[in-house]
Parts: sequence; C-alpha cells; structure tokens
Amino acid sequence: MGNAAIELRGITKCFGNIVANKDVNLTVNNGEILSLLGENGSGKTTLMNMISGIYYPDEGHIFIDGQEVVIRSPKDAFDYHIGMIHQHFKLVDVFTAAQNIVLGLDEPGKFDMKKVSARVAEISQKYGFDIDPNKKIFDMSVSEKQTVEIIKVLYRGAKILILDEPTAVLAPQETQKLFTILRRMRNDGKAIIIITHKLHEVLSLSDRVAVLRRGEYIGTVDTVDTNEDELTEMMVGKKISLNIERSDPVNPQERLSVKHLGCVSKEGVKLLDDVSFTAYSGEILGIAGIAGSGQRELLEAIAGLQHVSSGEIVYHNPKTDKEENLRDKTPLQIRELGVRLSFVPEDRLGMGLVGNMDIVDNMMLRSYRRGKSVFLERKAPKDLAERIIEELQVVTPSANTPVRRLSGGNVQKVLVGREIAASPTVLMAAYPVRGLDINSSYAIYNLLNQQKKNGVAVIFVGEDLDVLMELCDRILVIGSGRVTGIVNGREANKNEIGLMMTQSAGGKTHE
Amino acid sequence: MNNLSKTTHEPLIHITKRAAMDWWKACLVRLASIVVALLLCAGVIILLTKLNPVEIYATMFKGNFGTPRKIWVLLQNLSMLLCISLAVTPAFKMRFWNLGAEGQVLVGGLGAMACMFYIGDRLPNVVLILIMLVASILGGVVWAVIPAVFKAKWNTNESLFTLMMNYIAIQLVSFFIMVWVPNGSSVMGVVNADSRFGWLPDLFGQKYLFNILVVAVLTVVMFVYLKYSKHGYEISVVGGSENTARYIGINVKKVIIRTLMLSGGICGLAGFLLVSGTNHTISKNLAGGMGFTAIMVSWLAKFNPLMMVLTSFLIVFLQRGAGEIATQFRLNESVSDILTGIILFCIIGCEFFINYQIHTRNKHKEETV
Amino acid sequence: MIGTIFSFIKAAIIQGIPLLFGATGEIITEKSGNLNLGIPGIMYMGGISGIVGGYLYERSTENPVAVLCILIPFLSCLLGSALMALIYCFLTITLRANQNVTGLALTTFGIGVGNFFGGSLLSFFNQSGSISLLTTGTYYKTPLPFASKLGLFGDTFLSFGFLAYLAIILALVSSWFLNRTRSGLNLRAVGENPATADSAGINVTAYKYWSTIIGGAIAGLGGLYFVMDYTAGAWTNDGFGDRGWLAIAIVIFALWKPKSAVLSSFLFGGLYIICVYIPNLSSSSKELIKMLPYLVTILVLAFVSMKKKRSSQPPESLGINYFREER
Repeated sequence: MGNAAIELRGITKCFGNIVANKDVNLTVNNGEILSLLGENGSGKTTLMNMISGIYYPDEGHIFIDGQEVVIRSPKDAFDYHIGMIHQHFKLVDVFTAAQNIVLGLDEPGKFDMKKVSARVAEISQKYGFDIDPNKKIFDMSVSEKQTVEIIKVLYRGAKILILDEPTAVLAPQETQKLFTILRRMRNDGKAIIIITHKLHEVLSLSDRVAVLRRGEYIGTVDTVDTNEDELTEMMVGKKISLNIERSDPVNPQERLSVKHLGCVSKEGVKLLDDVSFTAYSGEILGIAGIAGSGQRELLEAIAGLQHVSSGEIVYHNPKTDKEENLRDKTPLQIRELGVRLSFVPEDRLGMGLVGNMDIVDNMMLRSYRRGKSVFLERKAPKDLAERIIEELQVVTPSANTPVRRLSGGNVQKVLVGREIAASPTVLMAAYPVRGLDINSSYAIYNLLNQQKKNGVAVIFVGEDLDVLMELCDRILVIGSGRVTGIVNGREANKNEIGLMMTQSAGGKTHE
Repeated sequence: MNNLSKTTHEPLIHITKRAAMDWWKACLVRLASIVVALLLCAGVIILLTKLNPVEIYATMFKGNFGTPRKIWVLLQNLSMLLCISLAVTPAFKMRFWNLGAEGQVLVGGLGAMACMFYIGDRLPNVVLILIMLVASILGGVVWAVIPAVFKAKWNTNESLFTLMMNYIAIQLVSFFIMVWVPNGSSVMGVVNADSRFGWLPDLFGQKYLFNILVVAVLTVVMFVYLKYSKHGYEISVVGGSENTARYIGINVKKVIIRTLMLSGGICGLAGFLLVSGTNHTISKNLAGGMGFTAIMVSWLAKFNPLMMVLTSFLIVFLQRGAGEIATQFRLNESVSDILTGIILFCIIGCEFFINYQIHTRNKHKEETV
Repeated sequence: MIGTIFSFIKAAIIQGIPLLFGATGEIITEKSGNLNLGIPGIMYMGGISGIVGGYLYERSTENPVAVLCILIPFLSCLLGSALMALIYCFLTITLRANQNVTGLALTTFGIGVGNFFGGSLLSFFNQSGSISLLTTGTYYKTPLPFASKLGLFGDTFLSFGFLAYLAIILALVSSWFLNRTRSGLNLRAVGENPATADSAGINVTAYKYWSTIIGGAIAGLGGLYFVMDYTAGAWTNDGFGDRGWLAIAIVIFALWKPKSAVLSSFLFGGLYIICVYIPNLSSSSKELIKMLPYLVTILVLAFVSMKKKRSSQPPESLGINYFREER
C-alpha cells in the first residue's frame, strides 16, 4: 500500500432496487492524477460521493494512508484531507467567495474575514488562480465559481482532490488553464481524481485510468500503455463504432426561420443576440455549444416559453403554405395556429413531465383539452401509454406507475414517445440522451432519424461533438448567445467546431 | 476480506428513501400511529384525571354517540369541518397554501348575515336564502382571490398573505357586530328567532340534515372534480410542476385564480351553512379554528375527499369526546386541543416510516453474513 | 398633547416587546430554513410555563424571594417553549414532516396547553378564581431605578421591566451573531443551501435543531413578558390573542433582519393600540383601526414580492426539509 493516498475495497452501494456500485476496488497514489472513466450512469459520481461523505457505502472498506477509515459525513472527509469539487457547484449564492471558502471551518482564533482573504490570495498565488474574494457568487461566471470551489478545498488543506466532470462547463481554453493548475498540484504531491468521459482529456492529463461500467469496476491501466480504442472498449464492454445511421435529407423545405432573435435576462444580460437560422423539413439540425450558451433560451423562445426582445420566429405551414410569426405567442396560441411543434426539454421531470403522475396521465399532458366535455378522456392516453411502453421497451411495472419511479432512460423514452406521437412537423430535443446508457441513446437516435425520414424538421441540441457530427446534417454552433457558425455535419472538423464554441461577443474566454 | 468487518465507528442507524411501500403496509403504519396517539392521549388524561382509561374512552364514545342529539351534532360538526377541508383541498393540491379559510368562512358568514339583517323581512324566504347563498359565496371568493392574484402576478407568499386576511376578516366582523348590535355589546343574539327569516328549513324535522346533505353531495362532487375533470387535471399539473404546466400551455395564473375562487367559494358556502343552517347569528369565532384544522384534515387524507370523511371524523370525534370528558370531570374545554395536537403529531410523524427506511448496522450485518 | 404622544410611544413599546421576542425567535428559526408556524403556540406555552413555575413557587413559600420569583418562571418558560420547539424539530428535521402542517398542529397544541392549564391550574389545587401572581408580576415590572428621575424621557423609555431591555438586547445580539460570527455564517448557509452547507462539513441537523430550539425559547419569552409584565402575573384564556401571528408578520416586514425587527415591532405595537389614542372614535371604527397592522403587513409582503430585490428575499430553502441522500 506504501504510497497509496486512498484505497477502496469491495465498495457496494444500492439505491432502492438500483445497484449504483458493485464491489468496486480503486487505489490512488500521492502525486498522481487518476482519471475515473465511465459512461453516464456508470456510478462514478456515486463512488466519489462515498469518499467525500455524501453517501455511505452499503458494504466495503476505505483506507487512507493504509489505515481503515469510516467516512460518515463530509466533515469526516475533510478531516482525512479529502476535498471534492462537485459538478453542480456547492456554493451559497448570496455569499462572497471568501465567505464560501471558510464556510463550515472551525479555525481557532477570532473570526476575521481579512485574514481569510489574505490566505485566499496566498493560495491563488501558489497555484495561479485569479479571483476576487469579495465578489458575490451570483455575480460570477461558471469558471470563476469552479475556481472558488477548488480554492475552497485547498484552503482546507485537502491532499486528495476529486473533481466531478470539471470540464463539462468550461471552454477549451479554460480547460487548458485548469489542467495546468491540476498538474501543478500533482507536482505538489497531491492525489487527484478526475471524473470524466472525455477520452482525449483522460489521455492528455492523467497518469492512470480506472474504468467503471454499469457500477462495476473494470480495471485500471497506465495512461502511457493505452489508447482511445482500448479505453472505449473497457468503458462500453464491446467494441462499438459510433456509426450512427444518417440518410440524406429528402426534399428539404423551409420549415422554421429564426430571424435576428434577441433575448435579454431580467438582469439585463443578453441571453440571445441576433440569432438567425433556418430549419428544413427532413433534416436534423444540430446545435452545439458550451452548456449555458443560450441553447435553452433559444428552444424555449421558439416554444413560446421565453420572452423575446427582438426578431422573428417564422413557421412555414406545409399544409396551408402560410407563414406564421410565432413570436410572443403562448404555447397554446402556437398550437391553435395549427403549428405542430414538439419539444423535448432538457429538464424532463421539471418541465416535460410531472413526476408524481403516472404514465397515462403524463400522456394526456398535450391532449387532455380535446373534446368539449368537462371531463377527461383516459382511454386514448392509456392506449398510447401502452403502445409506447411496448414499442420503446420502457421498463416499468405498469402504465399506472408514477414516472418519477422510472430510471432516466425510461423517463426519456416516455417523454420522447409522447412528443413524437403528436406527429410533429418540428421536433426540438434538448440533450435527449443525457444520462442515458448506450442502448437507450441509440434508440433515441433512431427515433430522431425516423422523424427526419418522415419529413419532420428536427432540431437536436447535443453536448457530445462526435454524436452531433455523425447524426446531424447541419450543425449550428452557438457561443455566448450568438451564432458563431453553421457547418455541414458531413464535412465538419471537430477542432473547427470547438473553436467556434469558444468564440463570443464579450470576449469572456481566457486567452 | 470478511475478517475486516469489525467496524465499530459506523453510524448506528442510517436512513434511505423507500422505493414504494405496499398500500396495506402504509395503512397499517397509519393505523399504528393512531393507536400510539390514543395511548399517549390516554396517558395524558390519566395524568390529569387519574381515571381508568377504558372509562375515559367509554366517556368519549358516549359523548359522541350517547344520544340521537349527540349523533346529530357530531354529524353536523363533521360536515362543517369536512366542508372547509374540501374547500382548501384544490388549492393545496396546487401547492397553494391557503391558510385563510378561517377568514373566507367568516366573510361568507358575514355576507349571509348582512342579507338577513338588511333585507330579511322583505322577501320570500326562498329568495332570501338564495340571495344569502350568493352573497356568502361571493364574500368567500373575494377573500380568496385577492391573495391569489398577488400570488399569480408577483409570486407573493400566499401562506402569510392568507393568514393576515383572516385577521382583517375578524375585524370586519367585529365592526359589523358593533354596528348591528345597538347597545354596544360585542355579542350578537340569534337573528329572526321568531320569524325564522333566512333560516335553512328543517328536513324531516332535523335541524342539521340540510347541511349534512349539502356537504355529502359536495364531497362526491369534489372527488369527481379533482380526479376526472379537466380542471382537476390542470390543478394536478400545476401542483406537480409549474414549468411543465407552462410548457404544455396551461395558463398557470388563470388556474391559480380559478382554483382559489373555487376554494374561497366553498369556504363562503361553509359560512352560509353556519349562519343560515346552524347558528343564525355571527361572531368572530364562527369558524372556530376549523380553517386551520381543515388544513390538517386535508393533508392527512392526502387530498382525497373520500379519505377526508375519515380524517375529519377522527378529529371531530376526538374534540367532542374531549369536550364530554371536560364536562364530566370538570376539566377545561381546551383539553381537546391538546389531544388533537398529540394525534396530529403522531399521524404527521408516521409518514416518515412510510417514505423512508431505517437500516441499523447490526441488522445489516446479519443480512450480509 | 406631548404627554399623549409620549404615552402612546410608551404603550407602543409595551405592545411591541412580546412581538419583538417572537420575531427575533422566528428570524433565528427561519435562518435555518425552518418556517415555524408554531410560534403562536410556543408563545402561549412560554407564558403558561412561566405562570405555572411562578405559581408553584409562590405557593411553596410564605416569603417569596425576588431572585427566585424572577428566575423560576424565567427558566420554566425557557424550558416549556424549548420543548415545544423540540417537538417541531423532531417532526420536521428528523422525521421530515411538512413544516406548515407541523407548525399549525403545534400552534393548536400550544394554545390548548396554555388555555387548559391557565383555566384549570387553580382547580388542581382546589382553589377557585383566576390566576394572579401579583408578587412575581411586581418583580417583573420593576423599572430601572433611575427612570423616575428622568422625567418624561425616563418614563417613556426607561420605565419597563428587565424583559423589555432583554428583548432589544437579544435582537441586537442575534444580528451580531448572524452577521459577524462563524456560526452565524454557517447558520445562514444552512438556511440558504443546506446541501452546500452539508458538503462544507456543517452539521445541518444540529444547526437546524439548535437554531429552532433557541429561536423557540426566545419567542417563548414574549409570552412570559405578556403574562408577567403586561398583565402583571394574571392569566386570561386567549388573552395573548393573535400576537404570535403578528410576530411572524414582523419577520417579513423586517426582511429577516433582527435589527430592523426592533423598530418594526414598536411600529406594529403602535398600530395595535393606536385606536385608543385617536379621540372621538366610535367603538365600531375602533375595530376597523385594529385591522391596520395586518393591512400594513400585507402591503409590505406584496411590495417586497414586486421588487424582487436579492438581499430582501427569505432564506432560499425556507420551508423545505433537507435529506442528504435525495436523488
């Protein structure tokens, strides 16, 4: 065990009937960066949450510096010098950076924010951070918030750092900056675990790679001895080609034209700025961009859920050949215009579905108004629910199960199934495969492709560039609320898209 | 690896969320909690009266079912509490905390009483009663809609808003009593005691039957409304997720205001039944705290109107039983509030055992070995 | 005229003191994310606990000592109200029951206990009449010794019993605690974002328990002030009235700041009794004037919600229970 900073043996954790981690073994040494690799839902975050005291393992043992320890709470974790930077930042919005950094600490002596700020400055200097300790969190950019998180654990003297998908929200330049800092910390003798599913980051940053698949520990390899193919195979179990089917668009016609769309937040920040594009029938238009660049606002503006400050959203009705401006219309008005717009939102249980209602009642969401009766008609939705359960192989005890009891993939199938059943002419899907396993993801891709073949204009917001480049006919790249480019999916170059993603009007990216 | 399991520092108990509990098990847990509550209550009563608990529960039973009159009063109290519980339920289902039922009932009652007072002798009784009914419902609606509009437009905290509206209603009633009662007394006597203008008629010689029937019908209607109507569905969606409601084009503001009109209207109806069918007078204690008790009745029944018959029965039974104990053993009436409190604590607390699972380390080891 | 104004100010302060205790207690409670609607019940409980303690002591001795006359009701009040808060904590924090429902049940229970013992205490000892602890009340009402020498000023601002000053001190100390100490920072974090506080190693459960219990105990003192100072040791059933709800209203009015609660409480106290000071008012219009505090609260509530200013919002997790393993 000699140099091992932390060792896990036989860790198992279940949530209800779901096994999140099964008999996992893992070792991290001092002065090394270990990548924890796995698909979404493979149990990486759960495992790390057990080290940082958020969850408690059902079985298994944890050793720190060769001693068996029990980590009951985050406080225990701090005492063992473990610090975790969560994917969703754990910061109090109305506090300043410095207040967040000292939160929960029990330092001796008088409570003096000046002393705290001085120490923060000292740490920043040592590793090269750039932060204003007195800035409130709600005024900060994502990258600044992450910096606060990292300083927070360093301030507490963490020797073992865990970062949960730290690059998911960063631009490439910001990612590089973060990696430089991480390498500096490694050279300083710290043990670093970075959770990710981006292979090139794994290969460029880490010393060793541990792989989880469906909650099980697959193995650990030295980075120098491995390559993307081998890691992919370990991750997904069998060698898969990302070959997503893509047919050529047939008879594309203008379906939805967005012209000079602008949208401003309540605080006066431009969320969308002069966005223009056209979606054609029979094609899949991808939207790429760093999370939070205005994708959500764009789709919600089209769906009539987001207030628009300028521009037009024009729908070309294939039946009547008329053009309708959808701007400032409510979702109901849009439907009453005969626009068959389906929308799979990002937050499935928060927006697309009602978690406490069963599948049948969720099916009715779009259709319950039909008919003049004051009473509901549950026969058709019940049939639809049963059809979707069968055709999309939704795993559920029955059609009367509340959807919040279903797993992520099955929830998504219910939602996508319902939206497609409305036989749309425009189908918008925001991150439809987020949190889904490979099989469910492909099932969703197939559904989208089918819709494309049926002549639907599909708008697909994705985060995985590989998927976007294999699935979409055209890719619209969005950066800080502006369209920074529209490229052909068949000819696009990954670096080119990556570069466009980081371009922005305000020059927020770090050079 | 197993020889390492001499772990002593692990947490003793450890709580996780349950996937789902069988309905019959959940019922058993709730039943058990009521039994525990009754035992606790018995303990309290023994401490206060030093009497045999069996005797006490017999007294409680007698207090409720002892004479036909007592049964009628029980049914009357039950139906009024149930009526107000039905009123607050649609709002709650929408996650609108209407803590203002008390005030809405009062204003409803005030509307009825104003009609009795000002036009009581000029119209045929049927017309008068209908006008009273309309005035009551209108009063309740107005009182509920004001906070609803603020909630819908500016997301103003509704529980505090409705709470404050109660006290404005109380002062309003006090004001009118001062105006109506000539000699400066703050107590209003029975109105139209001889002419019975504005009194609901006795049915089959029973004073309370009218009220009871109205509420019985209302219970079924509310059950159907919530479960099978489009309005009820919209309420569930708004309560489940406002974003989803917006996403499918439900006008959330409209649903909030409409539902609160319904909620306030039924409260107003309860005020009407209390003034016209029961008391024939008004005081600021017209609702007598039922507006608050109703919230708990509705919550305990999980917003199911049919279950509310049971939960409101439980509470009324206790209160009347405790009242009987109080008179029998010369205790203070407030003992019923203490008992109600204890029962509520137990039932509220038992939900935990339905929704969560407790693992103790020892038990866990037995399972793994 | 000046005399009337000063006596109005004095009366407003007297009315404001129980409200201030309640508001300070509720602010500390709400800062942990617990919306305790049981405060009215807790204040009744605080009052009756003090009465019971004082009564038992006065019964037990021929010559009551001043220190014990003050200390025994004071401690029994703290104990009684803290126990009430403990029930709330156990149900909402440990058993994760709904906060609104639990709070309302607690209020029912507390008012019941208050009125029950208030009405029946004497009959337990085979006495009749109503409770009146004159000796204890006199000690509680003793003003600062130099107050009488300072004329109108002394009479208006310094002639109260010690609990009045304690209320103001507690509010100021709470303000200092919340804004200037490590524990205060931690407590505010628990109320804003318990998951964050938890991951920062703060014992969320302990903070919630302690702040709710201490908050409850402080609120209970409002009941004690009312029965010992305001009514000079006498208990009347439902005498405390709806002041508990007014205290909750002040929390909103003061935007969750204990310092602002001080003046807010006196303002509300003034509104509560202003009808007595307006000349030539008919008894019916008095009832209308009594609406004022509630109307003002509604206006503030509406105004704050329209403004949506970041620093005047309630703690973000207010009313929501925390469960670490929520997925």
